Amino acid sequence: MSIQILIPTVFRPATSGADLVELEAATVAEALTRLCERHETLRGRLFRDQGRLNRFINVYRNDEDIRYLGDLETPLNAGDRLSLVPAVAGG
Amino acid sequence: MSYAVSLRCRECRERFPLKGVHVCASCLGPLEVEYDYAAMKRAVTRASIEARPRNLWRYIDLLPVEGTPPTGHHSGWTPLKRARNLEKVLGVRELYIKDDSANYPTWSYKERVVSVAIAKAVELGYDTVGCASTGNLANSVSAHAAEAGLKAYVMIPHDLERGKVLGSLIFGPTLVRLQGNYDDVNRLCSEIADRHGWAIVNVNLRPFYTEGAKTLGYEIAEQLGWKLPRHTVCPTAGGTVLPKIHKAYRELVDLGLVEKSPAHIHSAQPSGCDPVVKAIKAGTDEIRPQKPRTLAKSLAIGDPADGAYVAQAVFESGGTGESASDEEIVDAISLLARAEGIWTEPAGGTTLAAAIKLIASGRIPKDESICVCITGNGLKTLEAVADRLPLPEAIPASLEAFERHVAERAPLAAAAR
Repeated sequence: MSIQILIPTVFRPATSGADLVELEAATVAEALTRLCERHETLRGRLFRDQGRLNRFINVYRNDEDIRYLGDLETPLNAGDRLSLVPAVAGG
Repeated sequence: MSYAVSLRCRECRERFPLKGVHVCASCLGPLEVEYDYAAMKRAVTRASIEARPRNLWRYIDLLPVEGTPPTGHHSGWTPLKRARNLEKVLGVRELYIKDDSANYPTWSYKERVVSVAIAKAVELGYDTVGCASTGNLANSVSAHAAEAGLKAYVMIPHDLERGKVLGSLIFGPTLVRLQGNYDDVNRLCSEIADRHGWAIVNVNLRPFYTEGAKTLGYEIAEQLGWKLPRHTVCPTAGGTVLPKIHKAYRELVDLGLVEKSPAHIHSAQPSGCDPVVKAIKAGTDEIRPQKPRTLAKSLAIGDPADGAYVAQAVFESGGTGESASDEEIVDAISLLARAEGIWTEPAGGTTLAAAIKLIASGRIPKDESICVCITGNGLKTLEAVADRLPLPEAIPASLEAFERHVAERAPLAAAAR
């Protein structure tokens, strides 16, 4: 299934400037793994030890945070869009 | 001259120059201002601080600001009030209210962070500032930007209290109401900061902005006679203020301005949005986000990015966390008003309600000093108490009608006491 991943500015040096990456994946984990296979330097930024997601990255499937869905096991459908957004606080 | 020397990643410790960046380019961890504490210690004394005017800039040597700041010269130095009536009600020996509902000019703790952020925005050459806000921050950014002659874009969730919306609009910013909750607004602001060259105070100026919150801790200690309260109870939303009070207390000890003593810091959240308190109670700093459902809209941040640092500061200080229901929050607003003559918004009600529960359960011993941080003003959130305070009927302006009216209400008033 073809899906899209939106790349934030802070990651674009690692994707040769690309702000959108298209790839085939059935889950969020699979999508991020494939993304890191294509852009190896992203791996250390996206993931912590034991393959856990960096807690300073929020991942959205379309407009919903994957932590409200199935975390990394969240399923993807053709045409879904993943956004990677650095976490910020406020108030 | 400031003693700030660099920005440093809280996670991987990489250093960056003192600019408008907020996340580490390597690991995306938050950046924090690093100081030359040795030089600061040689220059800063109780006397050097006490010689300055009574506003938050009396602590300018401990902040990352150069030159004369454009705003904030009447902000901070809010009352630290000994709450003798509440002491009697709660059966405690020594209770203080740090009352930022009286913080000038927009009546919340946000003046502290915004004064520093606006100073930094001007210093770094920005002409436009902005924020993602649950209301108070938008009010403060709008007012300070007006005073500093900056353009302002303030972004808020669509469902805020009317007083908080008008409280921004009056200062003439571009106010954008967004469909969604605060976390949606914050996410958009992060993308806006990415695209436009604006100073979004709680995004790309965040390392400087958050330092302003330390002044709350400095003031509490100085106003107590240069000592730390044994317990500080503080509300948690995005997670800015509690870790910065912890940092302020630690800096004062390290600089030799106060003696080291146990200073436990406790986090308060509404039970309709308590991801940090839940983590604290579970003994972890791993925060699971929530969809907020609470009357305390200024604390309705379900995905607090600095939540982990709140939990860590609470654990390091030997503190705890507690949450309060909407009903407990309004009860506490009412108690604070009737006992001490202070009208706070639901965030303040949450903090007092949590403090009451911590005292009742013995987690805060009754014979130890307690400071409750009230961070916002009730006049902005009339909706929170309007149902409980129906408008009294209008009566004829005659002595007879007055006497009858008062006699009818005497039993009700007695019951209310």
